[in-house]
Formats: sequence, structure tokens, C-alpha cells
Amino acid sequence: MLTTVLKPSGSVHSWDLSTGVDGPGTRFVVFLAGCPLNCLYCHNPDTMRMASGHRTTADEVVAEAAKYTAFIHASGSGGATLSGGEPLLQPAFTGELLHRFKHELGLHTALDTSGFLGARADDALLADTDLVLLDIKSWDRALYRRLTGQRLEPTLDFARRLADLGKDVHLRFVLVPGLTDPPENVAGVAAFAASLGNVSRVDVLPFHKLGQSKWAALGREFTLADTPAPTAEQVQAARDAFAAHGLRAV
Amino acid sequence: MSTQHAERIHSGAWDGFKGGLWRDAVDVRDFIQQNYTPYEGDAAFLAGPTARTAAIWRRITDLFPEERAKGVLDVSWDTPSTITAHAPGYIDRDNELIVGLQTDAPLKRAIMPNGGWRMVAGALETYGYPVDPQWEKVFTVHRKTHNAGVFDAYTPEIRAARKAGIVTGLPDAYGRGRIIGDYRRVALYGVDRLIAAKREEKTGLDAAPRDPRAVEDTIREREELAEQIRALEELKAMAASYGQDISGPAATAQQAIQWLYFAYLAAVKEQNGAAMSLGRTSTFLDVYLERDLAEGRLTESRAQELIDDFIVKLRIVRFLRTPEYDELFSGDPTWVTESIGGIGADGRPLVTRTSFRYLQTLYNLGPAPEPNMTVFWSPKLPQGFKEFCAQVSIDTSSVQYESDELMRPRFGDDTAIACCVSAMEVGKQMQFFGARVNLAKTLLYAINGGRDEITGEQVGPGTGPIEAEVLDYDEVVERFDRQLEWLAETYVHALNVIHYMHDKYAYERLEMALHDRAVRRTMACGIAGLAVAADSLSAIRYATVRPVRDASGLAVDYTVEGEYPAYGNNDDRADGLAVRLVEEFMHKIRKHPTYRDAEHTQSVLTITSNVVYGKKTGSTPDGRRAGEPFSPGANPMNGRDTHGYVASSMSVAKLPYAAAEDGISLTNTVTPDALGRTREERVRNLAGVLDGYTAVGGFHMNVNVLNRDTLLDAMEHPEKYPQLTIRVSGYAVNFVRLTREQQLDVVNRTFHGSL
Repeated sequence: MLTTVLKPSGSVHSWDLSTGVDGPGTRFVVFLAGCPLNCLYCHNPDTMRMASGHRTTADEVVAEAAKYTAFIHASGSGGATLSGGEPLLQPAFTGELLHRFKHELGLHTALDTSGFLGARADDALLADTDLVLLDIKSWDRALYRRLTGQRLEPTLDFARRLADLGKDVHLRFVLVPGLTDPPENVAGVAAFAASLGNVSRVDVLPFHKLGQSKWAALGREFTLADTPAPTAEQVQAARDAFAAHGLRAV
Repeated sequence: MSTQHAERIHSGAWDGFKGGLWRDAVDVRDFIQQNYTPYEGDAAFLAGPTARTAAIWRRITDLFPEERAKGVLDVSWDTPSTITAHAPGYIDRDNELIVGLQTDAPLKRAIMPNGGWRMVAGALETYGYPVDPQWEKVFTVHRKTHNAGVFDAYTPEIRAARKAGIVTGLPDAYGRGRIIGDYRRVALYGVDRLIAAKREEKTGLDAAPRDPRAVEDTIREREELAEQIRALEELKAMAASYGQDISGPAATAQQAIQWLYFAYLAAVKEQNGAAMSLGRTSTFLDVYLERDLAEGRLTESRAQELIDDFIVKLRIVRFLRTPEYDELFSGDPTWVTESIGGIGADGRPLVTRTSFRYLQTLYNLGPAPEPNMTVFWSPKLPQGFKEFCAQVSIDTSSVQYESDELMRPRFGDDTAIACCVSAMEVGKQMQFFGARVNLAKTLLYAINGGRDEITGEQVGPGTGPIEAEVLDYDEVVERFDRQLEWLAETYVHALNVIHYMHDKYAYERLEMALHDRAVRRTMACGIAGLAVAADSLSAIRYATVRPVRDASGLAVDYTVEGEYPAYGNNDDRADGLAVRLVEEFMHKIRKHPTYRDAEHTQSVLTITSNVVYGKKTGSTPDGRRAGEPFSPGANPMNGRDTHGYVASSMSVAKLPYAAAEDGISLTNTVTPDALGRTREERVRNLAGVLDGYTAVGGFHMNVNVLNRDTLLDAMEHPEKYPQLTIRVSGYAVNFVRLTREQQLDVVNRTFHGSL
């Protein structure tokens, strides 16, 4: 056939249903494979490589999500989230999915991203995104590089662009004792987030080691094996630091 | 009793009530509909426990360690229980607001030999109590029991199926239970009025039957009505022994609760039923509480105290059972199931302040497995009630949910749950409880030509073993079908014998006295091992399954090569196999006539017996090893549902309620983190999950919100967790009262956490 239509497809690691952790309510969450960052504390290291996913068409993903729209709509809040991996590593596929989730299935859409590849998100993609879950891992540039192997600046640029667009943002901040928890580091992220005006919530995510076995399974070293999870007091202190800047931190 | 109250009884017990039909005929539903006040607010009005309540409850909890250590606290071994056999008993006579115990002391268990003497003698011996030779003679020589009757009429085939455990948990040695008397009638009408109505019904049967087929039925019914009237008289006498005259209607809320409780108490004094459920009482009682509150006779605190005191009584219902029984139905369950909430036929929520008050007891008295708090869920419930339910679930793991949207159209809006998931219209419908058959084992019979995979004995029809090296789906399905046909026939046959004998030798006089005469009966069959059977069929179809045979040609193990879609991932390839099994077995059950023309139904429910059934079932083609537990109820197998509890629940929601009207049980255990990050979010999200599940046709959900570490700690330090409650298939248990094996099963079961 000469009129072969190339169906949009991408590398999908897995899909899941979650409640209250990947955006509001019960959500269909697609984990795309591949990530340009190499975070020391990553709890999904099995999604870091694009090759770890399965080539999947957008039709297939949308068909799977469609099984849950009745449930999600009845549950009052909820929707679909593109996560990973880094969904913006596959911007065309991500854009296609967000568009179809929003317009075909009528779902609230969320994009869970580090923002590092924010420049790859075109305006159409962002128009189809109701909420961005933006993970700013550190304010300290050197620490950011040590944590992720990359530069912080693209994430900040993306954050400012989202602010200009008035896009709803939930900021995510992983609290790792001895790494991300210095008060000036937290305060730096908080001050920046507060300056944007579109951050409706900050999730302070306590570091955990539940992903450790995945590192082992990949034959890679988990360098934070001896790092403790933060105490409840440490988590509260970080929340207070965000709250001090007028942000709603949970 | 004050003079004012005494006058009320004789003159104006119904003052202020509206309507109608219910005055002229026994019709509790009409009374509720004419008089109840829906409550659409939140939980802010509720009152905490008073010092009195706390003191009463402490007297009971102080007894728990000894009861747990000994298995039973005490047994009234020398007095077979009847409604009037025991002298009045109290927890704290001067301070109790609602009185009445099964025997003369709290937690002291009674013997009820009508179900079967063996069970009684076995339990007494186990716990070190004397077996009275006189009573033994009475119940083995002079007075036949249900158990003796059943075994007179069992066929060799039924015995073999029972022994192999392919048909299992049958109520042939104990009370069948799952009958709910409309205990509210006693409060609304008083006993005399109910006796008069029963006399009238009996008079209506005085004419000698002309139709030869009606001879036996008519005589039986006349005898049953005579027994019902006698039981009502005994109920009055029992109440009188507590200094209360319940011949007339209750005039106050306290009396309404007390009258209703006496009626329930009479039932549990007489019947050691597998499940002795309460019905749907909260909104009924709310009418009385609201009247007293409006007239200034009660404060909210006092209203809550009355409910708390009532719930204390329901928490300490006890039956004497053997350790084998407890292995099957662990944690000493009584299934004092109370159905709360739902929506009325006219669209008004049946939620009242007292619906909240019942749930509030889980805070005032702490979490507990009984009474089995069951919320009839509908997306149309008021948001305040939804959120309170979700909050109570998150805090106590003591609530189960069932779809009002599925039940109301079939059973009406005055329906209650018996046991775990069995819906019945209160006072108008009863069931013949039929336990369940083991579908996973039946599949092995198909492969082994009816030979048992553990004993090698021929139990099912000899269809010849499958000899192929690799199992062929079509061949297995065809053989499976033949074994299922045999199973359905043998099963219904056994149930007919059981219920004929139960009616004859252990008739529920009091409970049936609180039913209409023309009662709708169901024959409640059940299936276990659904997930194992569906996954096994999926493995045979989509992967390569090779039987491993012993020297006699018996397939005793299987190797599975390749992957197969598993039930529990919202994948129609596997879920469709489970759906078909449910539909086909229902169809096969319906082919066989039932005792008293009962309507056939079935459940997908295991209670905690999933552990025992697994123990008695060899390795299966899904890769499950011999002896490993089944998943509970209709749950997917542990760890095979890999897309989260919503996807897993959606698979279960596909099982058609029309082919399982006795209920489909799903247990979800999630960590708090898997519901959201803040308490408010978790509450709202859980309510949303229940709305979602109901909207997609899900029937039942047990909700546990727990951390695995808590359970592990409780296994090591039970004394720290006396009230730790968890929901298992269809009911709740004290975790520390489970056997270690069952505890491990719960701990190892899929915890849906967040990552």
C-alpha cells in the first residue's frame, strides 16, 4: 500500500492505576521508558533506558485507558498522567496521548516531568495538559548536577514558561537526608516556586528505598543504600519551609 | 421505669408517628418510610464515649486476654440453651442501659445441641469441660439432631465428595444461620400483636388440603407456625426475667433498642448459626431517637450511649465451636452483620444520624470485627456520609461496602446482608446456606478423570485421565464441563438433604416468627477457587502446560512454559474465563430441583477458608504449588494483579451479579500512602474509589488501610494489638485471633502500596 499511515507509537514501560499519588484522585498512569537524568535516588531505575520499554501505539494505550474512564469519572476527581521515565523524551507520542486522553476520553491530564526537556514540549502539548507535576530536585546547581548528572537551568526555564502560560503546577521535591535537605537548598526551591505564582501545591516526597531491588535487578549500584529515610520531623520542617513562602505544602 | 414511660406503653407508644399502612398490618418498611428523617450533614454532631460507656467496655476488654489464651472464657456446659434456659446475666447491672446476655455471664458460651451433638461434645472436650452423660443420652438416643438426620440421608457419593473437600464447609454439623429475623417488629409492635398475626396465619391453614402434594407442606407449616408462636411466648418470658414487659410496643428509644435486642438475643440463645446477622436497624431506631431528642428526653451524648451499649452487646455474642471449625472460619466470627445506609426507592438516602452513630462506635469503643458494619454504597449517598465512612475505614479497617445500586432493584430498599455478601429482604426472604464447592480441585478432577489428585481415589465421574503431554485447552474444557455437571448435581442434592433436616430438627423458630408466612427462599450455593481455576485455564490456553504424572498416571504437578494473562489485570482474555465459569456453574446449578422450591443462587466467597481449601488442593496448572492458599473470595491471585487495585477491582466487577446474586466478595488492602498524601485527600479518594467501583458494577469491597509492618509486629506482639481489626473475605476479624497460617496469608497477600 502506498497510503501507509505511520501510527504514532512510543516506548512504554508499563501502565498502572493509582490513587492520590500521581496527581489528584484515581488516575491511569503511563510510564514511558527512557530518561535523560540519572538520579541517584530514582525509584524507577528500570524505566531509565528507552530500550526497557515496549513499542506501543497510541491506539493501544488509549484503548487501555478507555477501560477506566467510567471508573475515573464516577470517582469524582482523577484523570490520566504521563510519567516515566521522562515523558518529554518522546514529545510527539506524549503530545498525542495527552491530546487523546483529554479530547477523546474527556480525562483531566497531568504531565509528570523533571522539566529538563521542557523545551521539547510545544504549546499544543501544553494546551492539552491540565496539570504539570514538576520535579525540581535541588536549588543548588552543583548538587543538582551531582544528583542527576544534568543542569538545573532548563527546568527553571520550563517552570517560568509554565508560569507565563498560567499552567497549574504541583511542585515535587524529594527530601533526601544529607543531600537535598540543607535549609538553604529547600528555601531556594521554595522562593523560586513562590515567585512563579502558578504553583498550587508542593509535594514533599520523603526519600524511600523501595526501589532498591530494581537497582539490584539491573545489576547497578544503588549508591544511597545507607541513606536513611527522613524522619517525620524532617519532612515537616521541609513543608514548613515551603509554607513560609506562602505555598501549600503536603 | 418512670410513671411517664409506663403510661406511654399503654397509651401513646406511637404518638407522633405518621401513617398509615404499618398500623394495620406488620410492615416495618412502611413505618420507616413514613417517619424517618434523612441526614445529609457531616459527622460533626457526634458524641464521644461517656465514662460510663468506657467503664462497661473496659469490663469486657479486661476479659479478652483470658478468652484469647484459653480459646473460650467459660462454657455453660450443663444447660442446653433455649430462649429461656439461662438466668439473666449482666456486665454491670447498675450501669447497663441495654441488658441481656446469651447466658448468665458475659462471654460464657452456651451449648446448642440441636445442630449436632458431635460438635458440642467435641468442643467441650477440646476446652476441658465435662460432657454430661445425661444430655449425651438425650441428644443421641431420645432427641435426634440435625447432624444425625443429615448423615442418615447422605448418599455414598455425597460423603465421598465431602470427604475429598471438593464440596466443603457444609452446614451439616452445625446451625446453618444466614437467616435474619426482622427484630425491629418486636420494638414496633410488641410481641402480643405478632403472636396474634401468627395465630391468624395458622388459622388460615386449618382447612384440610385437597391437593395431595400440599398435604405434607400444609402440616409442616402448621407445625412451624405453632413453634413460632411458642418461641414468641418464650421471648416475652425471657424479657420478663430481665424485668421488662415487651408484650406491647416500645415507647422510647431506649425501649426500642432493648426490645429489638431482646428479639435478636432470643435468636442467638437458640441458634448457633454460621452467621447470625442483625438486619437493617439503624434508620429504624433513628425514628425513636429523633422523637426522644425532639421531645427533650435525650441528649446527643445519651443517644450515642444507648447505641454504644447496644453495640457492646453485639460485640460479645459468642458460640461454642470446635478448633476445626475455627480453622475454616477463623477468628470466632458470628457475622452480626448490620446494613447501613443505601438509598430508598423514592430517591431519599436512608442515611440518618443513627447511621453515623453506629459507625461512631468504632471510635468510642475502638475497632472491632463485630458487628459486621456493612455500608450500602451508592454514588447518590450524601457526601458527608461517604466521607465519614471512608474516614472510619481508613482509621479502623472495620467496614465493608456493598452496592446498593445492584441490590435495590432486585431486593428493594429494605434489604439487609446476612453473613458477608448475601442480600435478603428483611422479614420476607431467607436463604438455605450452602457453603461452597472447590472449582480449582474440580479442574484437577477433569485432568485426572475424576480421581482426587491427593488421595488418588475415584471421587468424580470416571471420564478417564487426559493423557496428552501438553494440555489442550479444548479437551480440558470439555472434561471440566462434565465434572462440573456432576459436581452441581451432587452439591444441590447434598444441600437439599441438609436443609430438609435443618427444618426438621433445628428449625429457627424465633427468627422465622419474625418473617412473613409466605417467605421467599433461596438455595445459596457458592464457589471457591475461581481465580485459580480461571488462571489455570488461561495458562492452558495461552502458555504451555505439561502435567507431571506419578507412577499411577495421576497428574500431581504441572510445568508452565511461557506467559499467560492472569485474572486481575482488567484483561478480558483472562477475566472472560472467570466470567464464563461463574455463568456456567450457575446454569448447571439451576438444572437441579431444590428443597421447598428455593430459588438457586450462588456466591463467590470463601470467608477465610481460602487457606484450608488451598491446603486440600494439589498443584494447579496456573503454577500454584500444592497446599498454597487460594485467593480469598473473588480476589485475583496474590501478586498476579500487577496494575494496582483499581485494575484488579475492575476484573472482579466483570463477574455478573445476575449469576451470583448471593454475592461476590473482594478484599482490598492498601497502605495509607496508596490513597493519597493527606488525610483529607485519602478520605475523599477512598470515597471516590467506592463511587468508581459501584459505577462499573462492582458488588462488594472490603477495605483495609494498613501498613504491612503493623501486621508483622502484631504477629510477634499480639498483646499490643488486642483490637487490631482487618477485613477478610466478607467479614472482619481480630487479627491476633487468626491462626499463624492465616496471619501469614494476610501478610503475604498483595498489599497495594504506592511506589
